[in-house]
This record gives sequence, C-alpha cells and structure tokens, in this order.
Amino acid sequence: MIAQLFSLTTLIGVLTAGIRLATPYLYATIGETLGQRSGLVNLGVDGIMLMGAYAAFFVTFKTGNLVLGLLVATMVGGLLGLVMAFFSVTLRAEQGITGIGVYLFGLGMSNLLFRKTLGTVETVSGFPPIHIPFLSDIPVLGPIFFSHNILVYGAFALVPVSWFLLNKTTLGLKIRAVGDNPKAADSLGVSVAGVRYFTEIVGGMLEGIAGASLSIALLNVFQENLTSGMGFIAVALVYFGGWRSVGALAGAILFSMVNALQLWLQVIGIRIPPDFAIMMPYVLTIVVLAFTAQRVRAPAALSKPFERGEG
Amino acid sequence: MHKGVARGTRFRPFIGSLFWALTPLYATVLALLVGAVMLLLLGVNPLQAYSAMVSGAFGSSNALADTLVKATPLLFVGLGICIAFRGGVLNIGGEGQLVAGAVAATAVALSLSHWPGWAIIPLCLTVGFLAGAIWGGIAGVLKAYLNVNEILSTIMLNMIAVQGMNFLLRGPLMDPMQVEAGSFIPQTARFSVTTDLPRLVPTRLHAGTALAVLLAVLVYIFLWRTTIGYRIRAVGLNPDASRAAGINVERYMMLSLILGGALAGLGGAVQVLGLHHRMFTDGSATGFTGGAGFNGIVAALFGKLHPLGTIPASILFGALIVGANQMQRAVQVPSSFITALNGLVVVFVVGSDILSRRRARRAVGQA
Repeated sequence: MIAQLFSLTTLIGVLTAGIRLATPYLYATIGETLGQRSGLVNLGVDGIMLMGAYAAFFVTFKTGNLVLGLLVATMVGGLLGLVMAFFSVTLRAEQGITGIGVYLFGLGMSNLLFRKTLGTVETVSGFPPIHIPFLSDIPVLGPIFFSHNILVYGAFALVPVSWFLLNKTTLGLKIRAVGDNPKAADSLGVSVAGVRYFTEIVGGMLEGIAGASLSIALLNVFQENLTSGMGFIAVALVYFGGWRSVGALAGAILFSMVNALQLWLQVIGIRIPPDFAIMMPYVLTIVVLAFTAQRVRAPAALSKPFERGEG
Repeated sequence: MHKGVARGTRFRPFIGSLFWALTPLYATVLALLVGAVMLLLLGVNPLQAYSAMVSGAFGSSNALADTLVKATPLLFVGLGICIAFRGGVLNIGGEGQLVAGAVAATAVALSLSHWPGWAIIPLCLTVGFLAGAIWGGIAGVLKAYLNVNEILSTIMLNMIAVQGMNFLLRGPLMDPMQVEAGSFIPQTARFSVTTDLPRLVPTRLHAGTALAVLLAVLVYIFLWRTTIGYRIRAVGLNPDASRAAGINVERYMMLSLILGGALAGLGGAVQVLGLHHRMFTDGSATGFTGGAGFNGIVAALFGKLHPLGTIPASILFGALIVGANQMQRAVQVPSSFITALNGLVVVFVVGSDILSRRRARRAVGQA
C-alpha cells in the first residue's frame, strides 16, 4: 500500500483530476466575483449552472455540435443573469432571497426539461482533450497541466482576463466604484444600474458555461441536480478568495484538490468512511472562512440596492 | 363633521392595507400564469393540470390530511425563518437543521425504545430541538465572533449534516435486519410504537401539526410581546441604531440563528416521530426533507415573515407539493414543475415588495 501511496501515476492522476475539477468552480466563482464587485449577491448560481448544463447537453445531444451547445448554455446563463439583475437592480428586491428563487427555478426547470425531453440519462462525447505540443510532453507537468480540453484551459485563462478587466480597465474601475460607493459613482455620471446589469449578465453567462463544462466537457452526462450544490460552493469561494480573481483561483484549486484527494484516498483504500471524505471540502471551507473573514473587506455596497436621493 | 372625516380616513387605510397585505397572493397568481405558459409549451392543458393539483391537495379527507402533513415541516422551518430573518440573519440552513434534529431524535428513539411514550416522546422532541439549536448555533457563533457570512456557513452546514446523516445511516444506526439480510439499505429500524405521535385516525395527520400551530402562536408572542423578541426585531430593522441603544447586536444575531435552528430541528424530530417512524437517506438532503428546508423559507416569506401568516402559507405550499403528485399522475408533468413554480413564486413575491415599500414611503411623505 505504501508503494501505491507514493506511486507517481496515481499522484499525477490526482493532480490532473484536481485541475479538471477546478474548471466549473473557476467559471462560476469568477462570474459571481464580477457581480459581487459591483455590489450584487447572486445566490442563484447553482440554478443557473443547472440550466446551462442542461441546455448545453440537450443541444449537443440533438445536434452533435459542441460549440452550439456551449453557445446556447452561455445565452441561457446570460438570460437568467438578466432576470436576476431585473429583480435585484430594477425592483430592488432582497438579493439573497431572489437568488434562492432563481436556484429553485433552475433546479426544478432543468429537471422538468430533462424528464420531458430526454427521459433517461444519456451520454455525449464532450470536448476532446487538446495536448499542447511540446508542453504536454514534459514529464509529470505535461499530463497535469497541458493535456486538458478547451474549457479547462478557458477557465484558467479567465483568471488573468478577469483580473485585467477589474483592475486595469475603465470598465473595471466603474465596476469597483459601483460596488464600493454607488452614490459617488452615480454623481460622476456612471450608470450604476447599467454597470450592475452588465456584471450580472456576464456573470450569468460564465455560470452557464460552468454548467456546460460539467455536462459537455468533464462528465458528459446530464441528470437530475447534476451540480449537487457546486454553485453554492462557488459563492463561498468568492468570499474565500477575497473578491479577487487570484483568490478565486486559489480557492477553486484548493477546493478541487481536496476533493481529488478524498477520491484518491478512497481509491487507494485508506479506511476513512467516504461520507467523511466528501465532508472534508465543506469543513475546510468553513474553517478557512473563519480564519479569513475578518481580514478581507467586502465591497461596501454589497447586497444593498441603490436608489438615487436615498441616504 | 370632524368625527366623520376621522371615520372616513380610518376606513380607507384599512381597505388599503388589506389590499397591500395580499400582494404575495397577486405575485402567486402571476407565477401560476407563467407556470401555465410553461405547461402550454410542454403541450399540457394548464387548466387540467391545475385542477388535478387542486383535487389532489384538497379533494378528499385523506388528501387534505396529506396536505397538512406536508405543511407541517414547512411551518416548523418557516417559524425559525421568521425569527432569523426578523433578526436580520439570512438562515439558509433549514435542510441541515431538519436533518440534525431528525438524526438526534432517531438516535434517542432507537436507544431508549423500552421507555414509555409519555417519557420518550418529549425527550426525543427536546433532543431534536437542541440538535437544531446547536446546528444553527455553529453558524451563529461563526457569525458573531468570526464575522463569517451566515448564508455561506449555513449552506456548508447543510452539506456537512447530510454527509453525517449518510454516515450514521450506513453505519452505526443502520437497521440490524438490513445488515443481517445483507441488503444494506441505508435506513434505521422502525422505532418502537411507543414513540409514535398520536394520530388522527384514519389519516396520516399526526399531533405534530397541532404542535406546529401552537408554536406559531408562541413565536408570535415571543417576537412581539417579549423584550428579547423586541430586541431581535430591532437588531434586524436597524443594527446601528440597536447598537447605539446598547443592544449587543452580535449576541442577538447569534440567538436568532440558534432559535431558528432549534425550531427546524424540532421539525425534523416531528417528521421521524409523527410520519416516517424511521430515518432513511437516498444520499441527498432532499431524500429525507423533501426540500422542506428551502420551501419553509418560501412559506415564511410568503407569510410576510409573520408566524401566523406562515400557517396559511405553509398549507398553500403543502398543497402544492401534494397536488403535484396528483398532477404528475393525471397529466404526466414531472413534480419538479412545482420546484420551478416555487422558485417563480419566491422571485415574484420579493419582487413585488417594491410596491409595498413605495407605498410606505408615500405614507411617510404625507404624514
């Protein structure tokens, strides 16, 4: 067993799985980060992911066109982001609750459509792995980092892209201003509602892609409640990552590595009950939140609706 | 003349507030209309579907009893939500708290099966109440002392409770008969009949429903007629002003989470003693709770976070759940339609709040 424990192949397997599993968390966490930086909490991530996962799977299953499936999932996500924005920005509804509503809607709707249009669990052949020339031939690092499918690479590329957007562009400045001090931003002529609609729609699109990454790139199936709460984890990872892209990356990697580790422990037959193993990432998230929550500062206007002439 | 004016102005606000108190109802009608469009798109006659739902929920004494039985956990969770949300904490942990209460009550019911009913039932209920209080209290301590967002901690605690339940039901608490027969279905043995809550024969309606209604009255008295309840509401309405007035805001938020969890935990205990008489799992939380932890939030919101308003709201959503099964049989619409419909109701109800807020502001402007 000791030999197995240190076997390079299993270790590479675990790390590769860890990188792969980080994909949906990365899309969803960065999507949610965008919204929260502009002051919007969206708890409906899991519902949007489910709808995205279903849409991507259904379109791919019927047409065999993966790109079309991904596009439709993105659009469905964007549409639900628009709905979320309409209720939180225009109607100024309590965001935490609206999110729960969107979650329940997505959970029920995706399963309803699944039952009505597919009926049973089917499979598709998802995005194939792309072995990056030369890099994928590097021993150990090659298989771990450079032999994934396009959506995995996309998720990791999103980290610098979103960092650049938030920190180096005028739009990013506006997003942060709206999230920290909407009144000041408004008096400088920034459309608070416009910026928030934008972040919520783009966030929704990314959450739709997060779902699609599960159903047409990683697992290649759709079934009832496919995400089983991943969207909620993604929301936790936003806090964990301190509302920064790099923090989201750290959180997603840590979470998925712990997940991969528990799978690995089960495979090599370390005798801990699987239920406890599955519990580990959640306990870890709480522990880390407990240690970090006091140090990082949330966007000042987070979850507070904005209205001109108030306060 | 002066008197007449006074009477007239007193009467109109009454009609007005009655009209506005019913906004959740209008929002629901709107949600049902959207649901009807969804049904049409699925090629189902919405009238047929909705009438199957109504007859499934209220059509016979058995149906009515089932509706009330389904409403019961919603009411327990919803009452906890009333306290928590009034106290300004968004407790999303109903699922985990239900499970915690049910598992604790199960452990006691199984290990003290020789005890008489008058002793074991109150003990199980108390243990369920305490387990829920602890599960909510963890989020409370994290919130009060470590500034951890309660939405996140309660969601994580839901996941942890489910895995704990799965572990216990696949291991220490598993029915010995299952182990002997080698079938290993993850459920406990049936509890001793001494633990059964009294039933209204010949239906499935049990005393837990009456307990929930009684609690609704107590929660109302607690929130509106006691100092602690007043402080909880003050903290929820304006934490800064409460702090200035010398209220320990963190401690009262923690208390709201503890009490909210306790009521949900009690609901979990009632579910096992009154309805299932054993605990079981399909691996997920909803397998045991039927989603009551989330739907209870919906019911409480629908009742405008008022304990007494939560009673009819719970019955309505209980009816939706029971009616959905009938609808599934009659017109082959999967019952997940109701989950989606509940989502729409939530979104429309919170969305319609803006109308009441605008009106309140106008009233302040006039005064």
